[in-house]
Amino acid sequence: MLTRDRAGDIFERIRRFSTADEVEVLFSGGSFALTRFANNIIHQNVAEENYVVSLRTVFGGRTARSSTNKFDDESLRQVVESSEKLATVQHPDSDLLPMPDAKEATGENRTGEAPVSTRDVPSRYFEATTGITPELRVEGVKKIVGAATKHSLTTAGVFSSAESIDGIFNSRGLSDWHTQTSAEISITMLGADSSGWQKASSPDVANLDPIALAETAAKKAIDSAHPREISAGKYTVILEPAAVLDIVGFMFWDYSGMAILDQRSFLSGRIGTKLFGDNVTIWDDVAHPLQSGAPFDGEGVRRQRVALVENGIVKRVVYARATAERMKRSEYGEKVGPIAATGHGFTLPNEMGEMPQNIVFAASRDPKTLEQMIASTERGVLVTRLWYIREVEPFEKMLTGMTRDGTFLVENGRVQGGVRNFRFNESLIHMLSNVEAMSTPARASGEESFDMVVPAMKIKDFNFTEVTKF
Amino acid sequence: MKHVADWALNTASVRGASYADTRVVALRSRALSTKNGKVGSASDAESVGMSVRVIADGAWGFAASADLGRGAVEATAARAVEIARASARVKQHDVQLAPEKAVVAEWTTPYKIDPFTIPVEQNIDLLLKIDAELRSVAGITLAETNLNFNREEQWFVSSEGADIHQTKLSTGVGYAAYAFAGNEIQKRSYPTSYGGQWQNKGYELIEELRLVENARRIAEEAVALHHADQCPEGKFDIILDSSQLGLQIHESVGHPIELDRVLGMEANFAGTSFLTLDKLRTLRYGSDLVNVVADARQEHGPGLGTFGFDDEGVAAQCTPIITNGLFIGYLSSRETAHTIGENRSGGTLRAEGWNRLPMIRMTNVSLLPGEKPLSLEQLVASTDHGILMQTNRSWSIDDKRYNFQFGCEIGWEIKNGKRGRMVKNPSYSGITTEFWNSLDAICSRDEWTLWGTPNCGKGQPQQVMGTGHGAAPSRFRNIKVGSAFKGN
Repeated sequence: MLTRDRAGDIFERIRRFSTADEVEVLFSGGSFALTRFANNIIHQNVAEENYVVSLRTVFGGRTARSSTNKFDDESLRQVVESSEKLATVQHPDSDLLPMPDAKEATGENRTGEAPVSTRDVPSRYFEATTGITPELRVEGVKKIVGAATKHSLTTAGVFSSAESIDGIFNSRGLSDWHTQTSAEISITMLGADSSGWQKASSPDVANLDPIALAETAAKKAIDSAHPREISAGKYTVILEPAAVLDIVGFMFWDYSGMAILDQRSFLSGRIGTKLFGDNVTIWDDVAHPLQSGAPFDGEGVRRQRVALVENGIVKRVVYARATAERMKRSEYGEKVGPIAATGHGFTLPNEMGEMPQNIVFAASRDPKTLEQMIASTERGVLVTRLWYIREVEPFEKMLTGMTRDGTFLVENGRVQGGVRNFRFNESLIHMLSNVEAMSTPARASGEESFDMVVPAMKIKDFNFTEVTKF
Repeated sequence: MKHVADWALNTASVRGASYADTRVVALRSRALSTKNGKVGSASDAESVGMSVRVIADGAWGFAASADLGRGAVEATAARAVEIARASARVKQHDVQLAPEKAVVAEWTTPYKIDPFTIPVEQNIDLLLKIDAELRSVAGITLAETNLNFNREEQWFVSSEGADIHQTKLSTGVGYAAYAFAGNEIQKRSYPTSYGGQWQNKGYELIEELRLVENARRIAEEAVALHHADQCPEGKFDIILDSSQLGLQIHESVGHPIELDRVLGMEANFAGTSFLTLDKLRTLRYGSDLVNVVADARQEHGPGLGTFGFDDEGVAAQCTPIITNGLFIGYLSSRETAHTIGENRSGGTLRAEGWNRLPMIRMTNVSLLPGEKPLSLEQLVASTDHGILMQTNRSWSIDDKRYNFQFGCEIGWEIKNGKRGRMVKNPSYSGITTEFWNSLDAICSRDEWTLWGTPNCGKGQPQQVMGTGHGAAPSRFRNIKVGSAFKGN
């Protein structure tokens, strides 16, 4: 692994090679291994290690970035030259701020209304995860294949592990470093005309149980066999957590000061208004024990805990440093709630500004289990997973997509069997205004959005518009 | 780089691999963008590394390293063999590769102007000029442009004796204008959406596209959409422009014909395919007019799926996929060719960069143009009542590739052979084979464009790949329109 000390040495070499007013160096990368299986055999088994140094130089308000994965002096000289050549031909950017120093990055210089302070981020580095060998991954896969064979199913999926670093150094003395591990198991079980799916991820592989995941996926495949076609229309749906995160993930790009300034956010003119149901409260909280990721942003600013939505009211958006300054000067400054850098900026230069990426839904006052939600449903559809979600209309946040790998009819409080998959066209505003019940939030993984801490949701009047052929 | 490959192959052989290949890859990219009169991003990147793919004990192993020193390369090769032996503990049969003559070759993308030689100031000036044109139209609230250049140099060497040095160059450019008013955001893009047009060409692509000349029209259309009627809902004849049809081909032909999907290898992520093996040479995929090929050869055009050799050393080929409506071919690899009775790979295995395992990817999957002369205006003139739709805005399809829904940026109602009122939020949906069987007219070669899709995602870990899709505007009869907005 690339260490902080070695990265510091690389930074010092880059500083010596550079003539820029300011220099910022980001480090990223790590080792990654993945075992992939399908048709009950391993068909792909890979490993890699790679680190990238990404340099930003500044000359009188002009900035640009270059990156390389080579750390010898000649390569570092080249990346410095490349960044400086790109930077010096830019037009000066009046919004570009001096790089933050360590005090500003940790919030010690903060003036004005500050967000809720950051809590300590728990360790996300686990020896059990770094110790995963190809043989151990194969043992996990054998257990999954064993479950498939036991139920006369075919399985496909992945078992992966990684060890990664994120680091930042700048010429104003800021430096920060984050190491973490991660592991992931994703399983699909296939029957003759049905399928089931489960996925879990954690920094600590000890939290992943391949047999339990395999058995749950297998039960979904078995229970959804011989799916019948029911007509499209509005249904009460019970979305499992993976389905919730995959669909709600499409709105968090809009919780950005830059998106408001660009007038591309569905929150334009809506901050401070009640957009969702009373029972919807959403935080961005990198320090949450079920979250993962580095506690600092693309400029090294420490991530703050931010209340995005409280009891259905959109409270605020997140900000990179420059976006916050622009917002204060803008015509929207009085209408968007608290304005301050929150530690959510992307690496500079970029067009998108910032985004919350550690989403945590608050627990309901009266959480229901998935079983309770099913038991209380007269007629509805239980959805394991959503797929290929895309935005159809940006201001009402209308999304389309498909159900997949375990879609069930619920009648009279019981799961009655599998149904053919639906296409939905549904507004997120409408959906989050119609949440009738929620489970206790849990860390969930999907494929369309990043991992979140989300509940399962029971939602009325969810709009299915078409049915597919399986 | 031959010495790096030799270190890897020798180590793999000594450790007991029955087959090994290695790729040493050097990548260079430049990305420039502007937003509302300012440079949004300006970055250069390079990445160099190598990977080893081996078969040992009848199973696959793969490892990659950014370190090209002898010790690191040999350790990487040894690791690949170790991984293969672990894989062999969960196998049912040995991997068999279709035979392929080992080739020693050199290949480079033909180009006129190396884009990396164009001064960055010139690139930025062009983007800012476009940006200014877009924002000169009242009502435009956001203008974005992008310009991208990529160069990939690869040395492929195999234990069978292949030794191929290949350099690919690609260029991408596009822009978008947004208009926000009331409760609505409308958008228009050029030459198409989500990054614009991409081809395996040099800077000459930029000069061909008439970017500045089209900017004002695009911006005016974005604003005009606010005053347009909602696209009606119902069943209509529709005409798709070539860029939207290119994406339709990508999603509803290109992905289902990937043999690894068909065989279940992508079941956990990208999905499977309705095109089960029994459908080969039996399924009527489309109407008699539908002729689709997967063509990676330079003579097909400078698509993102054009190359000399794929990433397991198989020469570029043209594979007929649909001929006169009949489904006759899949995208295959050396490992999968035997499952469809072929004794040679179709040459479609490609990897993103140096650190990913090659997998079956679309090459240039193209709908061949109509043989009789037919312009878009003539096609409109021959349509009684329909909707002309242009430029993709949203796309979604199920995991077997049956049910799809696409939204476009703009549409026009056609009545009595004339292009009439503009309509906003046009969308259409259907079932893949029903849709392709409803095609009744394709414009001819002079309306045909080879579009690039630079962002096709597949695999675990996910790999992003560029693919090409040639298409001419085409008409489809009695298609479901507007159900995206039904009930909302």
